[in-house]
Amino acid sequence: MRFLIPLAVFAVMVIFLAIGLTLNPREVPSPLIGKPAPAFTLPQVAATGKTLSPADFKGQVALVNVWASWCVSCRQEHPVLLQLATQGVVPIYGLNYKDQREAALGWLGQHGDPYVASAFDADGRVGIDWGVYGVPETFVIDQAGIIRHKHTGPVTPEALEREILPLVRRLQGESS
Amino acid sequence: MRRWLLGLLLLGVGATGFAVEVRDFDDPEKQARYERLIEELRCLVCQNQSLADSDADLAKDLRDEVYGIIQSGKDEGEAIRFLTDRYGDFVLYRPPVKAITLLLWGGPLLILLIGGFFVWSQHRRHAAEPEARLSDAERLQLDRRLESIRDRLKE
Repeated sequence: MRFLIPLAVFAVMVIFLAIGLTLNPREVPSPLIGKPAPAFTLPQVAATGKTLSPADFKGQVALVNVWASWCVSCRQEHPVLLQLATQGVVPIYGLNYKDQREAALGWLGQHGDPYVASAFDADGRVGIDWGVYGVPETFVIDQAGIIRHKHTGPVTPEALEREILPLVRRLQGESS
Repeated sequence: MRRWLLGLLLLGVGATGFAVEVRDFDDPEKQARYERLIEELRCLVCQNQSLADSDADLAKDLRDEVYGIIQSGKDEGEAIRFLTDRYGDFVLYRPPVKAITLLLWGGPLLILLIGGFFVWSQHRRHAAEPEARLSDAERLQLDRRLESIRDRLKE
């Protein structure tokens, strides 16, 4: 009977370690979830004269995707975003993070442009306000302009189907 | 050979010593505050490094923000709030005591208490056990054995 105690302690440790192994340490929970999208007014990447701010996507469910031409994983998620844009389910806005305008425009010209518009955040100050730490990142914003979800890392077809799109549909259903 | 080794060692010192940019403060008190802070804050890109140690681009940007806040005369709390509002308690190497961090802070004490209780209960059980004594028959047997050993030694 006495050997059961160490066995139980061992079992508890195994359970905790097993849970720890399945967690992704790079996934830092954002304190911005449930809060209004941080305000900004930035020039657009393509139309220099125009600006983009969270007011532009208020009143609809929208995705905000943080990207850069120097970001290798952005290239990985790009086809997924392009395909999503053609479906017209949800508008995608871009936040071009710490990039150069020519490089950004060249990148969009070469790989395609899924964004309704992209804000040009050259010094990354808006990125810091949004808690960006690893490009690419994707935020789901509801009609009221509240951040509902954050996806860190490239958007995979699985992440889109399992997390992002179900949430978008639910949020879109809440308005009507 | 020795001189070469020394030279190599000094090269290493140079590379690590200047990872962080030099900053000007109008008050040495502010500089101390800034240096203390960036040691306490965690870089989000290289998660096992502090803002002071990290070479990541974001770490430099965050050092800029902390520098701006401290240089403008605000206190540490202001700088910490700026970062936790955006990145959460993750940036703090010493997270605050909250409902969610209670196990983290109380865990070691809890384990100490459990261990202490275990030691105490073991001790009590041993103390309660009657001391082992030899019966008369056993004593007689032992005496006989000792006797035979002595006899053998005499021979």
